[in-house]
Amino acid sequence: MKNVSKDYNGNPVLKDVNFTLKAGEVLGLVGENGAGKSTLMNILFGMDVIHETGGYGGKVLIDGKEVKFASPLDALKAGIGMVHQEFSLLPGFTAAENIVLNREPENKSVLSLVFGKRANTIDRKALQKKAIEAITKLGVSLDPNMLVSEMPVGHKQFTEISREISKSSIRLLVLDEPTAVLSEKEAEMLLKAIRNLSAQGISVIFITHRLQEIIDVCNKVLVMRDGKIISELDAKKTSISEMARLMVGREVGGPQVRTEEIRPLSDKIVLSIKNLWVDMPGETVRNVNLDVHQGEFLGIGGLAGQGKIGIPNGIMGLYPAGGKVELNGKAIALNNPRACLDSSLAFVSEDRRGVGLLLDESLEWNVAFTAMQIQNKFLKQYLGGLIKWRDQAAIEEVTNKYIKQLQIKCTSSKQKAKELSGGNQQKICLAKSFALQPKLLFVSEPTRGIDIGAKALVLQALKEYNRKNGVTIVMISSELEELRQCCDRIAIVTDGAVSGILPATTPSEDFGMLMVGKTGKEAM
Amino acid sequence: MEKIKSALRAFGLPRLIIAGFLLLLFIIAPFVGIGVGNGITDTLARFGMNSIMVLAMVPMIHSGCGLNFGLPLGIISGLLGATLSIQTGVTGPLSFILAIIYSTPFAIIFGWGYGKLLNKVKGSEMMIATYVGFSSVAFMSIMWLILPYTSPTMVWGYSGSGLRTTISTDGFYSHILKNFLQINIGSLSISLGEILFFAIFAFIIWAFLHTKTGTAMTAVGSNPVFARASGINIDKQRTLSVIMSTWLGALGILCYQQGYGFIQLYQGPMYMAMPAVSAILIGGASVNKASIVNVIIGTILYQGIVTMTPSVMNNLIHTDMSEVLRIIVSNGMILYALTRKTGASR
Repeated sequence: MKNVSKDYNGNPVLKDVNFTLKAGEVLGLVGENGAGKSTLMNILFGMDVIHETGGYGGKVLIDGKEVKFASPLDALKAGIGMVHQEFSLLPGFTAAENIVLNREPENKSVLSLVFGKRANTIDRKALQKKAIEAITKLGVSLDPNMLVSEMPVGHKQFTEISREISKSSIRLLVLDEPTAVLSEKEAEMLLKAIRNLSAQGISVIFITHRLQEIIDVCNKVLVMRDGKIISELDAKKTSISEMARLMVGREVGGPQVRTEEIRPLSDKIVLSIKNLWVDMPGETVRNVNLDVHQGEFLGIGGLAGQGKIGIPNGIMGLYPAGGKVELNGKAIALNNPRACLDSSLAFVSEDRRGVGLLLDESLEWNVAFTAMQIQNKFLKQYLGGLIKWRDQAAIEEVTNKYIKQLQIKCTSSKQKAKELSGGNQQKICLAKSFALQPKLLFVSEPTRGIDIGAKALVLQALKEYNRKNGVTIVMISSELEELRQCCDRIAIVTDGAVSGILPATTPSEDFGMLMVGKTGKEAM
Repeated sequence: MEKIKSALRAFGLPRLIIAGFLLLLFIIAPFVGIGVGNGITDTLARFGMNSIMVLAMVPMIHSGCGLNFGLPLGIISGLLGATLSIQTGVTGPLSFILAIIYSTPFAIIFGWGYGKLLNKVKGSEMMIATYVGFSSVAFMSIMWLILPYTSPTMVWGYSGSGLRTTISTDGFYSHILKNFLQINIGSLSISLGEILFFAIFAFIIWAFLHTKTGTAMTAVGSNPVFARASGINIDKQRTLSVIMSTWLGALGILCYQQGYGFIQLYQGPMYMAMPAVSAILIGGASVNKASIVNVIIGTILYQGIVTMTPSVMNNLIHTDMSEVLRIIVSNGMILYALTRKTGASR
């Protein structure tokens, strides 16, 4: 690939990416979430999203010839196979049937003389043989007659890969985090299979967050950050810490430099979390122990899918949770949003449009609703409290106050929330939780999907709220730099548990080490 | 030009077509020998009879339970109230009040169970509601026969047991609201009683939606996850809305009976939901947004079409195609609304 670049709506996500891949080579691709790995692979695979957003710049060369895939089908024809993170298998079919789906060997039947090819019957024996061939090529043990719905996850993954390599022309296989769902033993088998494939001359691009695997299996490693390839390393000579540093590190002297000193930590513990587990799909929390001190700004970071987002969602009762959570020494009932809100916790959800906003209602409603329901604010009471009437004037006043304070761009406080841009919607979410005047505020991914200008404003607003009003804030974010900018301490969550808590001024490679699964001590 | 266009879009194309059609009917009417005054009188009379049943749609739409296709359940509560009231033998205005009082506990109990059921089938409320309506009608068809009613005005003359299919409200509460504060100007007669009765309940619903609980109900309909994250008990709000809708359905049928003069049992309530649903949709409501204005505009437009087409069309082309037209309008409107789930016009 030469000088590949790509932008979404003027937002550059890939800048001048170059790399080459030899036959039979295994290339590791690592980078933080949003570094551009998926976009790069989508370009290679000719996915529709790329064309729909205006194509890409640069060239993709295969065997020295330029190719431009109009659709994934073209890429398949050219011998590129891709295994996505999510499985695309038919659960009611066996492994063999899934492997050769739509490429089944056929027998001619009487009917096909009349109706043509569509009436051919499937040659079961040949189908079986073809599937077993692919499985042996992969070098794993997999029963071709097993129904996909009855398989453990690892076998499903193998079925997917077998399907790709059963295509006769296959030359390049892209594996997008194939080990994320596998157990250690299954992952080992998969790595062995990858080596097998490369020995047979099939090239593999291997995307993963587990850096040890890269060292184990790859010939070459590409580290990506902010849409650029930061460095190309020889997998044999590099180390986990080198890759981790390259992954998260940013040039010193950039615009996002922390200017203030770390404040001393108060002795008083506001929130104490013990043995928390949360069953949130994709963000499972297994065992989190965490103390939050009075007035601090605590950051929670970590890679996607490790469970950092599950923590506030579990405490606030949005997903089933268990364990012990104490606020100022008093236990909080879990699985009950009301109880949390009653004890002056507030939460700004990462799912702005789904959880955070009433999209079809006015900004006034969005800002005032929760405070109205929980704390009986913005209400006029008649007949001794029997009738609680919405106080329109008070609602308008508070909304306009926050519109001014947070510089929300809107036509009026009556505008509907769905008509606002992402950044302004996020500010409305903040206003909603500020209106609750919480003692402790959870903020989850406050800058996800909003532009840089809005990002700075949102972070500034949070910082001010923490510094001036003394409200304890726990901010969860995938962007380490953002956390390092605002927080006092940063906890890193790996595999559903806190792997370490470090002061925000700690160099980023130490955080990087924690993210990829080394414990705090080793990182020090 | 842009302004006109956006104004038209805000008003809604179907509403515009139907309003235009209704206007056309009123223009043609004098030429085929039908007085405009009579037309308006009939339209308003039917408005008074049907408006509360249309109002019964509002709470459920607000809480996100969709259109109340289970209206027959509310109607059955009303029928139970009506028959019990006649059974007591009380006559005059008091019988109407008694009917309301008697039907209330039924509406609350039925509505509560209906609400519990709808909470279990979130996402396909409207389909389930339709069958709740149908099956409750079938069940009550049996019950009307075996319930031990004895009032001679209601039971079959030859056997002395089982209720008749049609019971006259004469002497009980026939035209009780219709004749209250009636204004007659030439051929035009407006019954303020019915309109006042509707206005009272419309005001109550409007006021309710401005209270804390009403606000919570609207939020549940607008975004249930948001409501839950704000500490609202979604199921409770939904059940409350269904109870309110069911009770309004009961009131609605009582109001209908006093204007019509008869109580219709057995298969009577079967298709009562369709006109009400389609009226509120014509009024500009959508599956998840509705206002009192939608109720008023919708009922006038829908009932206007239903009253004017038979007389005008029959005189014009001498064939009875009013029923066909009514069915096309009401079912077509429901179909149209269900295909576009968003964007109510107010």
